[in-house]
Amino acid sequence: MREDNLEMSENVERYLQLDPRSAAISQPPSSSSSAAAFVSPANKSRNCNSPCPDHVLENVLENVLQFLTSKCDRNAVSLVCKSWWRVEAQTRFEVFIGNCYSLSPDRLTHRFKRVRSLVLKGKPRFADFNLMPPNWGAQFAPWVAATAKAYPWLEKVHLKRMFVTDDDLALLAESFPGFKELTLVCCEGFGTSGIAIVANKCRQLKVLDLIESEVTDGEVDWISCFPEGETQLKSLSFDCVDSSINFKALEGLVVRSPFLEKLRTNRFVSLDELHRLMVRAPQLTSLGTGSFSPEDVSQGEQEPDYAAAFRACKSLVCLSGFKEFTPEYLPAISPVCANLTSLNFSYANISPDMLKPIIRNCHNIRVFWALDSICDEGLQAVAATCKELRELRVFPFDPREDSEGPISEVGFQAISEGCRKLESILYFCQRMTNGALTAMSENCPDLTVFRLCIMGRHRPDHVTGKPMDEGFGAIVKNCKKLTRLAVSGLLTDEAFSYIGEYGKLIRTLTVGFAGDSDMALRYVLEGCPKLQKLEIRDSPFGDVGLRSGMHRYYNMRFLWMSSCTLSRGGCRDVAHDLSNVVVEVFGSDDDDDDDFTRDYVETLYMYRSLDGPRKDAPKFVTIL
Amino acid sequence: MAYEKVNELNLKETELCLGLPGRKEEVKEEQDVSCVRSNNKRQFEETRDEEESKPPTKTQIVGWPPVRSYRKNNSVSYVKVSMDGAPYLRKIDLKTYKNYPELLKALENMFKFTIGEYCEREGYKGSGFVPTYEDKDGDWMLVGDVPWDMFSSSCKRLRIMKGSEASALDSSSL
Repeated sequence: MREDNLEMSENVERYLQLDPRSAAISQPPSSSSSAAAFVSPANKSRNCNSPCPDHVLENVLENVLQFLTSKCDRNAVSLVCKSWWRVEAQTRFEVFIGNCYSLSPDRLTHRFKRVRSLVLKGKPRFADFNLMPPNWGAQFAPWVAATAKAYPWLEKVHLKRMFVTDDDLALLAESFPGFKELTLVCCEGFGTSGIAIVANKCRQLKVLDLIESEVTDGEVDWISCFPEGETQLKSLSFDCVDSSINFKALEGLVVRSPFLEKLRTNRFVSLDELHRLMVRAPQLTSLGTGSFSPEDVSQGEQEPDYAAAFRACKSLVCLSGFKEFTPEYLPAISPVCANLTSLNFSYANISPDMLKPIIRNCHNIRVFWALDSICDEGLQAVAATCKELRELRVFPFDPREDSEGPISEVGFQAISEGCRKLESILYFCQRMTNGALTAMSENCPDLTVFRLCIMGRHRPDHVTGKPMDEGFGAIVKNCKKLTRLAVSGLLTDEAFSYIGEYGKLIRTLTVGFAGDSDMALRYVLEGCPKLQKLEIRDSPFGDVGLRSGMHRYYNMRFLWMSSCTLSRGGCRDVAHDLSNVVVEVFGSDDDDDDDFTRDYVETLYMYRSLDGPRKDAPKFVTIL
Repeated sequence: MAYEKVNELNLKETELCLGLPGRKEEVKEEQDVSCVRSNNKRQFEETRDEEESKPPTKTQIVGWPPVRSYRKNNSVSYVKVSMDGAPYLRKIDLKTYKNYPELLKALENMFKFTIGEYCEREGYKGSGFVPTYEDKDGDWMLVGDVPWDMFSSSCKRLRIMKGSEASALDSSSL
């Protein structure tokens, strides 16, 4: 049985009237499962036979469980009986916590004693789009404090959407002598000082990946803070650090990092500087090219042979950057095109004519990110060559609602016809048709992630004028492996009835400006058993729709609803009836604090939690 | 009901809608206005402005389209500019200019010279400087001949020619 079970307190179990065994079967596998699998140790022994542990058996079990790495499997194992729970807790080295507020740091350290790797996620995704006021929470501080004491041998920390301060990074660097990997994705709150401390103190550091994070420029030369001598660095990504770096120090670092495979530079590294790095590190497999634009050069000066540098990087399979690229140098990457599996042009305003000579050699590309500046024509070129494409993301060059939108269903359909192995798509456009969606649903049966953003709100099929219901209906019906869906355009409740009917594997659903009534929400909550993350904005769903999911919220990671038609009373009722679910409501910054007469709820964010409401909620958040 | 009297203002009365006054609002229209993520005070001000100036347009929606802020305003592409006789090349971002006059003025400032007047038949007259560009096909063209959008998407680099070479590009040979 590969399914998880949310261990609930006895009160909750009584409420839901589930016995332990049927509860185990009815819950879907969940990636937030490690939080879910925590049990209050004192009370239950479920199917446990012997009252006292058999040490021999436990030793055997320990040796066997070492081989189990999947968190779903481990969660299932921990539910067999108390003895197994104990052994599993001793042998779990990697812990994944999908919502940092689903449990307290103490609970983590009490249960798992030998953690070497921690993955923690904080804010919900809609926070990326300014829908959450600042200082909402998700601080790393209590976590680093607890783990510093409990896990001195911690090697790896991976954080997403957390608030991390320089002090936190300092504590991390000081507390874990064997620390190897730090990955910060979409984080904020720290600066170059914090990075410098990590660089300096973590002598075993293999991975320092700063991805899409906001890094304050403390004007600290952090690159120079890496210690002298050979480093263990395998991956260094600082393309999101928007401050200049000491190039000479970077060059020196690269020279003494023989294990370096991934290097993602920022826009302050010019093309000629990049050249120097490439020449010194031809073993690189992944390169973030920085600005891809040369410094102002004297007219007569000999330019470096950029193509030769690329040619020398025989292992290069992943290219990104191009943050300020100068078009005439783009052909320099041609020598590596045939080997590339991943190409990220999404910071580069590349026209179809610039793209075509490059992409025609990229037969092995599996991941391609670009701006819509490549136009339908560029997408057709991709479709013609990139038969191995698995993931496509096309971002808008002009991300406004009423922008021109150079791509449409034409490029979309071309991709569906040319790239049959497509698994994941993110597509921003202004014009789309149901026909194109249906075509993709039929041509690309392996789709697991389908995210379409028609930027003009409520836009129908631009050819027929009808809502986009049928197109999305085809996607959920034909793409039987679909786990993530984001919808857009003019959508009626009908679209949601399709989602509820066919979206049996959907775990993440994103809805904005869609639907007619509470029925839409009800279709989804009643129809999608695997739903974990539901994020909704600006849709006409209210208290009735909210209540239709009462049986689901314990089995979900979170529900987000903003600018819908929820009332405070309705949310309060939910909070009252679901004791292990935290119900947060908040509005925009300038809400009056004492405006309790307001019944309208601007934002609802609710999630299950084993340790009750958090103590660090800011003033603007009300926990019902 | 989502909307109620807030701060003694009955916002429903002043809310923009497409139907006649007094008819029952649809939920959808309510949503259109509620999309503006601000408190009701700000909403009220904005709708009032719209009534005065122009037909209902979409007000600024927070976080839509859902593109992270670090992706916006990020796509810069520089084009190298050289001028005959100048020791250094320069770089400019063509997207910062909306038309030829803006571009030419910027070039004049950058290299401290005057370009002279453009006319379709005879190119640039008067100064001995001729702005040219290399297009996507590798051909050197005179700046100004094609529509701006076409130019800005196909220009790979710029060169300001002067003297004898410049006259070779005069109307006679084009």
